[in-house]
Amino acid sequence: MNPAPAHTPGGYAFGFMDEFAKKEIRRKILKAIAIPGYQVPYSSREMPMARGFGTGGLQLTLSLIGVDDTLKVIDQGSDESVNAVNIRNFIAHTCQGVAFTTRTTEATLIQTRHRIPEFPLQQHQILVLQVPYPDALVVVEPSEAKRKIMHGEADYARLWVKLYEDIVKFSEVTISHRYPTKIAGHYVIDPSPIPRYDVPKLHQSKALLLFGAGREKKIYAVPPFTDAEPLSFTDKPFRVESFHDEHGQRRRCSRCGSPNSFLDEVVCDDGGKLYQCSDSDYCNAMTASGGSADE
Amino acid sequence: MGYVAIKGGTAAIQQAAKLLEFLRADGSDQPLSAGDIQRQLRFLHSRVLSEGALYHPELCSLAIKQSLGDTLEAAFMLRAYRSTRARLCESPLHNTGKMRLIRRISAAFKNVPGGQMLGPTPDYTQRLFRLELLDESPESFQRVAREWMAGLIGVPEVPDSFPKVLDVLRTEGLLPDIQEPGVPFDVTREPIVFPLPRSAALYTMSRAETGSLLGLAYSNMRGYGDLHPTVAELRVGYLPVMLPSPATGEMVEAGEILMTECEIVCMYEKGENDTPAFGLGYGACFGHNETKAIAMAVLDRALQRGAKHGPQNPSEDAEFVLLHIDGTESMGFAAHYKMPHYVTFQSDLDRLRKAQQKSEVKA
Repeated sequence: MNPAPAHTPGGYAFGFMDEFAKKEIRRKILKAIAIPGYQVPYSSREMPMARGFGTGGLQLTLSLIGVDDTLKVIDQGSDESVNAVNIRNFIAHTCQGVAFTTRTTEATLIQTRHRIPEFPLQQHQILVLQVPYPDALVVVEPSEAKRKIMHGEADYARLWVKLYEDIVKFSEVTISHRYPTKIAGHYVIDPSPIPRYDVPKLHQSKALLLFGAGREKKIYAVPPFTDAEPLSFTDKPFRVESFHDEHGQRRRCSRCGSPNSFLDEVVCDDGGKLYQCSDSDYCNAMTASGGSADE
Repeated sequence: MGYVAIKGGTAAIQQAAKLLEFLRADGSDQPLSAGDIQRQLRFLHSRVLSEGALYHPELCSLAIKQSLGDTLEAAFMLRAYRSTRARLCESPLHNTGKMRLIRRISAAFKNVPGGQMLGPTPDYTQRLFRLELLDESPESFQRVAREWMAGLIGVPEVPDSFPKVLDVLRTEGLLPDIQEPGVPFDVTREPIVFPLPRSAALYTMSRAETGSLLGLAYSNMRGYGDLHPTVAELRVGYLPVMLPSPATGEMVEAGEILMTECEIVCMYEKGENDTPAFGLGYGACFGHNETKAIAMAVLDRALQRGAKHGPQNPSEDAEFVLLHIDGTESMGFAAHYKMPHYVTFQSDLDRLRKAQQKSEVKA
């Protein structure tokens, strides 16, 4: 990533934030990579879009991006979602010279909310995930100071008890997304609100995965080729979302025909239901290749 | 039925912004000027100035205008602008005894050195409608200030600054000793890790959302706490800001800021060396925001108690108070629930259906 031009039309510096802010974030990213899964506190600037709309991810992207980057921005798997459009417009305005793409395979940098793309990521790529709750322990302990100690001691007993109680009460773990995942054998992270379907993609990922929580002011990372295990009991294995119909058949995307993508359940005007790929780029690629594209 | 992609985002966003702009202009003859906002909407302006944490009265007016008067949005705009600016220098400590006052009162003593000065306040007016203002003519409006100025002829001048009420108490040995101020902790430049130094707490409260701050302070005043504060002094005025000259290093006045400051004293506790002394709480913020300054002073005292004895109430818990009073953060997070959550909701559906299936099997 080459040094970027100093200023952009409209008077904002390239990357919007002042250089001190970017320097801090880059240093904190390095620390996050050095301690996989550890939440590194940072000062977190206010962005011109609301907290909760991806300001943590945005600050990571703005600190990393250079003019030789190709950026993809998605929300709910789609490049056209209102929030993805808004973030892309902002980056286009403040990072002149950056190229944009909707194709996962062409991007060097991908900012995402709630999904990891279907096409496997590669070593030259960085995935930036927007994070509302950076701490998997928040469901059992509200105090940040206490959680910090628990993480340091790898004390996840209360989280295990929560999973156990779920199984006793519902015969199922009720955590639907943001599934607590142990990184490199120590820290348990909140992998952001990705579905359980995406959690296995964290394990031994070729790409660097960075997590930015702007409001909660934390950065953490799953470095390439790092172990990521969702918490589960040996007799109650971790399970991803089921897309099987009443006959036990795996549903296919009604558009591209993919038999194994994460599907959006769409309620139609007539009350009927449709299932379609949540990842629009993947669905387009599959449609273009007549449903035969290999993953 | 065709593909139901999330489409048309770009066009919809543009039209939504245009519609808002239409609402701003529709039915009005005159746009609001920045100066009018600062003067005629004084307290709105002050509130945004303090919550935006950037002393720029003109941009503050613009933020109010652009946000159609939404205080959360307007403060947020100032904050976002602030993120583009580097911190160039640190000012030395300022003594608010040098404030050019427009108002100062003490609830502790009937008379204080320099005297009470009521200044501009609606405190002792009846909140009754003045219906004539519904149809105010430019002439009668302009007459208001002119006549007030004319009435000043022959009135003796008031000194610019007054001694602080706390100094009286301190001379008598009723207050704890002044602690050596450390290097202030800048929460905008350093990551927050609890426990935080008091300067970080004070700054966080100073730019907090007024309503959130007031709500938590009120919980302490009502009974989830035991402070029983007395307002030793509340002052509103202009503080000259001194900065070292880049050429000579000599202190020069760079300008002045309108600010509100409140100092409360609370029932005594054992001091450091076991001599009982009053407890102190401090509140200060940009602009003319008296309720906010009082609420902040109460919470400052509550947090000091919590730090010393362990929090007994929510208002004494630094994490609880300081992480929930920022308007930009709380508003942003509340607003983010409006964004699409299709994927997470799909996961929720999956879990619920599975749990229902299992409970049917059991039954």
